[in-house]
Amino acid sequence: MGCNSSVAYRRSEKAIRAAILIQNWYRFTKARLETRRRYSLSIFQSIEYADEQDQLQLANFFTFMLDHCTHPDSVSQILTSPGISQVVDEGLSLTEFENKIDVPDSYYGPRLSFPLTVEDANALLHAFRNEQLLHARYVLQLLCETRRVLKEMPNITHLSTSYSKEITVCGDLHGNLDDLLLIFYKNGLPSEQNPYVFNGDFVDRGKNSMEILIILFAFLLIYPNDLHLNRGNHEDYIMNLRYGFTKEVSKKYKDHGKLILCLLRDVFSWLPLATIIDSKVLILHGGISDTTDLDFLNALERSKLKSLMRPPKSVRDRQDQPKERIPTTRLSKHIANQNVAGKTQHISSSGSTEPSGSNLPPDPALKEWKQILDILWSDPRSQNGCTPNKSRGGGCYFGPDVTAKLFERYNLKMLIRSHEFKPEGYEISHDGKVITIFSASNYYEEGSNRGAYIKLNPELIPRFVQYQVSKYTRRQNLQERVGTIESSALKSLREKIYAHRSELTSAFAQYDLNSTGRISVSDWAAAMESVLQLELPWRMLRAQLVQMTPNGEADYMSCFYDLKIGQPTKEVQPALVETLCRYRRDLEIIFNIIDKDHSGLISLEEFGQTWKLFASHLGIDVYDESLDKLILSIDYNKDGHIDFNEFLEAFHVVHRLEKKANS
Amino acid sequence: MGTTSTVDTYSNVLEFLCCRIRLKITSNIDASVVLFSVIPEIGSIVRSLGCFPTEAELHELLAEVEEEEPTGYINLEKFLPVMTKVLLHRSYQPIPEDVLLHAFEALDENKCGYITKEELVKYLTEEGEPFTQEEMEDMLSTALDPETNTVHYRDYISMLVVDET
Repeated sequence: MGCNSSVAYRRSEKAIRAAILIQNWYRFTKARLETRRRYSLSIFQSIEYADEQDQLQLANFFTFMLDHCTHPDSVSQILTSPGISQVVDEGLSLTEFENKIDVPDSYYGPRLSFPLTVEDANALLHAFRNEQLLHARYVLQLLCETRRVLKEMPNITHLSTSYSKEITVCGDLHGNLDDLLLIFYKNGLPSEQNPYVFNGDFVDRGKNSMEILIILFAFLLIYPNDLHLNRGNHEDYIMNLRYGFTKEVSKKYKDHGKLILCLLRDVFSWLPLATIIDSKVLILHGGISDTTDLDFLNALERSKLKSLMRPPKSVRDRQDQPKERIPTTRLSKHIANQNVAGKTQHISSSGSTEPSGSNLPPDPALKEWKQILDILWSDPRSQNGCTPNKSRGGGCYFGPDVTAKLFERYNLKMLIRSHEFKPEGYEISHDGKVITIFSASNYYEEGSNRGAYIKLNPELIPRFVQYQVSKYTRRQNLQERVGTIESSALKSLREKIYAHRSELTSAFAQYDLNSTGRISVSDWAAAMESVLQLELPWRMLRAQLVQMTPNGEADYMSCFYDLKIGQPTKEVQPALVETLCRYRRDLEIIFNIIDKDHSGLISLEEFGQTWKLFASHLGIDVYDESLDKLILSIDYNKDGHIDFNEFLEAFHVVHRLEKKANS
Repeated sequence: MGTTSTVDTYSNVLEFLCCRIRLKITSNIDASVVLFSVIPEIGSIVRSLGCFPTEAELHELLAEVEEEEPTGYINLEKFLPVMTKVLLHRSYQPIPEDVLLHAFEALDENKCGYITKEELVKYLTEEGEPFTQEEMEDMLSTALDPETNTVHYRDYISMLVVDET
């Protein structure tokens, strides 16, 4: 610089103003990006929880199916004692599997020998890194041994951080093998010097749930005093039907999948419910309620509850009151012919489904079920009190007062739980008393979140380690990451919108009395929420979902543009098409159950009967004629059977823009 | 600016904040009762709502909505009308693209169409309302051409503006 000082001064002043402008503008774009990121994650989370509610409904339906004896054999086979009962027999030993199942010479995967050693564990890790499968015989042997070992354990494990050992606590993994491998890489393998607690939800969603279980169980057998597992709400065979684990096992193990799933059902029920460290730190999957009783939990027979999705019979008897519709806030007056009766039955810990004033005697089975449901499904909230968890449909929301009371009662210092997605992999709430730890990075989408684990030292001070697996060699910058998760979230949301098309259309019509095709933004937002009930910031999302008229109103039908159902089925009533589209996932699960021999085909009669039953359970009007037409249109070769996977594919919501891109 | 516009704006702000502080949006939310910890985030919140305040202007806004005895919390009932007014009167004018371009050009002494990394870092972390280390790194991650270690600002601006529909 130098030269004329006054010129330099002026230049500098101009530069400073320019700098402020740039900084200002940058901070603005940053804030916008943050907003988009947050609402994208909100969308993912809302849809996920709404889906969990749907799952509870499906479980209700299974009960309904059983009680109405439509397909007693196939349904009961899945839901009650399995047809392959010998698997559950205590007597089945390792040698029986060895004798019954052959491992061919062509198999190059790990060959386990029991009792397992560290070499076996390393062989497994190596194999899974190379995407190999463990042979079914070893899987079954492993599960058998795991069950044997788990049976010896109490419901609540007590640990201590003696000899300056740090204990590592991990949260939800949800089938993300890469995250588990990354944790082992950063933190070391489990051993006597390196104890771990895994806090549930090892399976579902990700594609390596089986491998994660195998690794965890293997280490459990090798170091039973240093590798601890808590049960999560996804360690439940009915959840697995919907969220992918059952499918994963069936695909990977075509011959022995059913056997493996049966045994797993048992193994899951033997997983401990909670862990306590130094009598001060309580670790469990979900949370607590105002009635949580640790002594009671420690004493009950945990293996009786194979699934939490089906309340004990006594509760079901009360729930199945014919034609009784218990109104809740979820029912909207706009839902005309589709009175979703099932949704009103909230499986809640506060027993809201019980008719008031009932003087039935306290039911021990009910108490057991409720206590476990609470610890596996509840979420902490900042508001005081304990209220039913409406998002999930099970467990409760517990406030800081509930936490404080529990701590006082049991002389605790900290609660570590998982169960909830956290963008940073962990979150501290209730004034430092409650920690949420979530170990599945990129849970919703590449770049959506970090995972984390806790290192707990002997003073019980937690240290957090975060990480994020990335499939791109070049890490996307924030702009790109937000772009990816935003478009993925909006895509899911648009699908949901489309699946509720007729309900939404009538909701909009209520505000548009003169049928102009336009309503105010306020009305649009109110209508969206009343039908979809996702508690999303509709005004913020408006620009992405609906087109505006020049005078600032919403052209409400524009939110259905660019979307359509997969194959046009002209003969079929649009309302039926939409309903099938919405319940596609449920139907997939149901049909898979009915299809005993896994042929992919079911008879027209079975299809019709099942659909009618499902529809009546949900309170949907069934137009026989329409359904018959539909059935005939999909029996392409007219042999009396339909390929239900093909059928369901037809009801997949397709994004027109996507289709254009692919064609 | 009719009443509908005020109500609409107010609702927009309310909804945004509820989402931000994860409060359930109910029609009869009692704004007077809700306090939320927002001071470190107030810049982000105001900007997310579409404004371009400078840090100095933010401090003024904060002074207007803070409690007499700063508790670290802000009362929703106080914040909502102030924020609504700001949005309606379009205070904190947005920065048009060409003005932004001139700003970058002002830092580009030789008018070559780019600024070196060193120069940019010097200006943005030492002058004006300085960037934090994190902010600087974040801007560079998108803006910097790693081969030449320079920022071609025209490209950078157009890239970000396109995204902002």
